[in-house]
Amino acid sequence: MAHFTKATSLHDWLNQRLAIDTLRRVLATEYWIPKNINFLWAMGMVLAITFAFLLVSGIFLLMYYQPNVDLAFDSVNYTIMQEVGYGWLWRHVHGVAASVVFLVIYIHMFTGIYYGSYKKGREMIWLSGMLLFVAFSAEAFSGYMLPWGQMSYWAGMVITNLFSGGSLHADGLVEWIRGDYVPAQAFLNRFFMLHVLLIPLAIIGLIVLHFGALRIPHVNNQDGEEIDFEAEAAKYKAGDKANSKVIAFVNDFMSKDMMVVSIYLIFFFYLVFYHYDFAMDPVNFDPANGLKTPTHIYPEWYFLWSYEILRPFSTNVGLIAFAFAQVIFFLLPFLDRSPNAVPASRRGLFKYWFWAMLIDMIILTAMGKVPPEGLFSAIGFYAALTFIGLWIALPFITKFEKKV
Amino acid sequence: MKNNSRRGFMGKAFGAVAGVGAVASLYAMKRSWDPLPSVKAAGFTTLDMSAYKENELVVEKWRGKPIFVLKQSEEMTKKAQENPKDIERLIKVGDAYFMVTIGLCTHLGCIPGYNSEEESFLCACHGGTYDYTGEVTKAPPPRGLDIPPFKIDGMKLVLGEEGPEYKKMKETGVTL
Repeated sequence: MAHFTKATSLHDWLNQRLAIDTLRRVLATEYWIPKNINFLWAMGMVLAITFAFLLVSGIFLLMYYQPNVDLAFDSVNYTIMQEVGYGWLWRHVHGVAASVVFLVIYIHMFTGIYYGSYKKGREMIWLSGMLLFVAFSAEAFSGYMLPWGQMSYWAGMVITNLFSGGSLHADGLVEWIRGDYVPAQAFLNRFFMLHVLLIPLAIIGLIVLHFGALRIPHVNNQDGEEIDFEAEAAKYKAGDKANSKVIAFVNDFMSKDMMVVSIYLIFFFYLVFYHYDFAMDPVNFDPANGLKTPTHIYPEWYFLWSYEILRPFSTNVGLIAFAFAQVIFFLLPFLDRSPNAVPASRRGLFKYWFWAMLIDMIILTAMGKVPPEGLFSAIGFYAALTFIGLWIALPFITKFEKKV
Repeated sequence: MKNNSRRGFMGKAFGAVAGVGAVASLYAMKRSWDPLPSVKAAGFTTLDMSAYKENELVVEKWRGKPIFVLKQSEEMTKKAQENPKDIERLIKVGDAYFMVTIGLCTHLGCIPGYNSEEESFLCACHGGTYDYTGEVTKAPPPRGLDIPPFKIDGMKLVLGEEGPEYKKMKETGVTL
């Protein structure tokens, strides 16, 4: 057993038992961040804050929400919105955060792609991040079910139908997932469980993994410069802060992070108070009806691009293309064969690849929202083909990239 | 060394026990996720086929899904008889022919609407159309409307049970 002495203060008492000084050093004051990074690197902190908002607002919604097909709709739209004091605030915070979190995730992802932050020893950061993206997607989908409106019901119907595998007709599997022939009580209960317990647990675990994956390769920087973190940290600790290429996470970098977070929160609460409806589909304010479909079914904006990859093809081809779109981002560190971990602007054809991919995904998102008719249908089809083509081309165009 | 092999054996024995436990609990988890017996028991619906009117679509409910019942008029039956593929899709109860299908578009699961003058269904979501027998007449739906398992019992139709007529339909590939 460790040697304990009579504590001189509460701090000392805790320090002897929990090593809080060491913990503070490792997690904060001696966690080194490169100096040459811009505001895009603050998205991790923005995401952490948004997740905290989701968690807290979710806890308050949970106290009045009823996971019952007959009561769910009113418990959200009447009890929480009308009766519970400030219930509307929690709902709007939860709804807006659920939508905005994806905007920030996409910025975070494309920042990583642009600066090559998934390469050379940073593969685990990318993979754990992609797992987080999948977990957030499942979290968003299961949460979308809970108000039990028309869009909830039909989204549940369509998405679970995907598991029948087209011509495979695995209807038994679909019924097993639903616990019924159609989305019904069993379905609502199990998605409620997934949304409030199992997936949040997985997300918290994955966040720990994602942060842990960062400790050894360290954060990338704006120039893709390979920094000797130990030597630079030694300079910093010796007092030569000006010449050191790194700074401490707390308080130095945190102040910059919090600046970005503050600006973000102004935008966030502007949405919460004045434009909360952008995150809420009007169709979902009709109670679920299994005998009437909305004329046009579409997912929330953040899933539109992958929905549009599914849609223009026949059932089976569409499902394969959809599955491709879901997994292909995981393979990015392995499909990019270039040795360079520098910004896309300093690379070869990858520079064009990056912007083509970004623009293609924006086009897919726009086409996913409009009804699939005429010209829109054709644009969606070619955008989906472009998406697949770009990924197939990636290993070839990066293989011949010159070392910078 | 001797100790090591003993410890190794204990490790393997524990691993085996844990493996059995893991598989057993996975099975229990799978079963817990299965539809409840009460849900399965409620999976039958009996329709009285003498109550329907010609060329008037009635939407019934079976297993939470909409069921289209369309009693064929004499002309419709005649038209269908000219095309063996069409007549195969119809169910004969008593003297009349019926189209009985699951009212969900086989493309993405929307509910098509019926136009009794044109004797056709239109799925507004993606523009698929079906004729009065539920056969697809315009893509994107990959196939005609699905026919639920049924059993003919006099003038009654029991949905959820596979009678000989349904099994025959299944064999000929008219339905799934």
